[in-house]
Amino acid sequence: MTDLLPQNIHDALAAKAIEHLHPREMIIEVLRAIQDHRGWVPDEGVELAGQILGLTPLQIEEIATFYDKIYRQPVGKRVIHVCDSIACWSRGAENLYLYLQETLGISPGETTQDGTFTLLPTCCLGLCGEAPAMMIGLKAYGRLTRERIDEILATERAEAGA
Amino acid sequence: MKQHEQVLFKNRSPGETAFLETYRKSGGYQGLEKALTKMSPEQVREEVKKSGLRGRGGAGFATGMKWSFFPADKPGEKYLVCNGDEMEPGTYKDREILMADPHQLVEGMIISAYALQIPVGVIFIRYAYEQCSRNLERAIAEAMEAGLLGKNILKSDFSFELHLHRSAGRYICGEETALLNSLEGVRANPRSKPPFPAQKGIFGKPTNVNNVETFANVQHIIAHGSAWFKNLAFTESGSGTKLYCLSGHLERPECFELPIGISLGAVIEEYGGGVWRGRRFKAALPGGASTPYLTAEHLGVGLDFDPIEKAGSRLGTGAVTVFDETTCMVAATLNLNRFFARESCGWCTPCRDGLPFINWLLEKIENGQGEMGDIDMLREQIRNINGRTFCALAMGAMGPMQSLVDLFEEEIIDHIKKRCCPLKT
Repeated sequence: MTDLLPQNIHDALAAKAIEHLHPREMIIEVLRAIQDHRGWVPDEGVELAGQILGLTPLQIEEIATFYDKIYRQPVGKRVIHVCDSIACWSRGAENLYLYLQETLGISPGETTQDGTFTLLPTCCLGLCGEAPAMMIGLKAYGRLTRERIDEILATERAEAGA
Repeated sequence: MKQHEQVLFKNRSPGETAFLETYRKSGGYQGLEKALTKMSPEQVREEVKKSGLRGRGGAGFATGMKWSFFPADKPGEKYLVCNGDEMEPGTYKDREILMADPHQLVEGMIISAYALQIPVGVIFIRYAYEQCSRNLERAIAEAMEAGLLGKNILKSDFSFELHLHRSAGRYICGEETALLNSLEGVRANPRSKPPFPAQKGIFGKPTNVNNVETFANVQHIIAHGSAWFKNLAFTESGSGTKLYCLSGHLERPECFELPIGISLGAVIEEYGGGVWRGRRFKAALPGGASTPYLTAEHLGVGLDFDPIEKAGSRLGTGAVTVFDETTCMVAATLNLNRFFARESCGWCTPCRDGLPFINWLLEKIENGQGEMGDIDMLREQIRNINGRTFCALAMGAMGPMQSLVDLFEEEIIDHIKKRCCPLKT
């Protein structure tokens, strides 16, 4: 279990679920906790969430597959979400998305060979004033240029210990 | 750039977040004190109704009217929900509020809870707004500590607990009833209405949902009165200020708090710094991705609910995205439609299948393989989607689509006749 969720977090969530009037409300919270630790949510993570909340794996799975920020497949250490909505599109996001694919040597949905980066699109990040923008993990990056992307990738790569 | 009275952005300072001390110094929590010590819940509701405040989340429904449907006087389990799932492309006002001055939402919700006699509140916040969530956590903790939130607020009989719910993506969660499903931990498909959330919301209990900016206005209305609030507007019919989020081809794409009703042209020229690179204005989405385009003939239109509707569009969220003369409107609309097609929850057929079909038609036209019959087919699709879907997502998508075929038909024909995009460089 510890590779899915550290014991202390598991116990805290389990205790909260017992107190909770509607433990089902906590599904996203538990899935995000597993994902924070494990990087993504494997089948065993779905089962574990069910055990913690007293729900069936199916009840968990229908939530896990609904949200684009819950990963049900393995991802790299850092997930890059590039905004492709209108405000970023109007300021050159398409070219930067292509540049990222070229630089990382992967297509959208793929992970780099060293396992560091996964590249995915996302809808508007609310960074329209700093468009074009992207998010890596939970960190927001705006005013992107090719040069800035190179710098950001180098920093994120170093932080990820690759 | 003329300076207008700042209400919601009073404490905004670049790179900083105002917390309890700063907030109180600027008059924070005086509205709450006034409400709890000098007003009955009914008086608070009446004041908000008189203020003419309309929902800032996109639909523009009158807040006082929405509240009047809520069974405030009925005791029992009831919920107050803040919709902080701001995901309408071009919109970033709620983020600006929560990055600058998060206590405004907390105080607005406490007063609203008092007005509607609701004991429990939840703030639903989108995945991408992690820093906003952290700011809110701190604001909630500070308010609890200061006796402004929790049991017996300011030593009164009124108690209110406030929770934060972090979501995990998907635009549809911003739809009021989908949001309730999402909170309950079931798939976030919209629910059929009636019953409305005011009767049956979360777990079948009466629930009132408002947007971040809507709640943030409440304490200012209570502290300074409805007449003051009405006077903030430019237009006779309008009320309050509006946070306009500028984006697209502007020199200064920033978020400004301005009197509601200021003209589209003034926002672009005086605040947005004009169209970028010395180019000419072609079109704008006046209120987010779900609103029909406005063109140069509409630059004098006041950005308020009624005037924009007269001009054929909607104020939506007040997110103004500007396009310069080099923009291909087919490509822009294709981008918008792709967004809606991807974010469709798949619950109903016209949305799930109709939007991808429109994508296919627009791609065909943009790539120079369109035929004249495709324009009729686009109109046919708009007719078959509008009014036939479960929720407003696909109808929102049809906003810019309809205005593309109405205002830019020549440009579509040009694509078809030249067998390529005439604006592609």
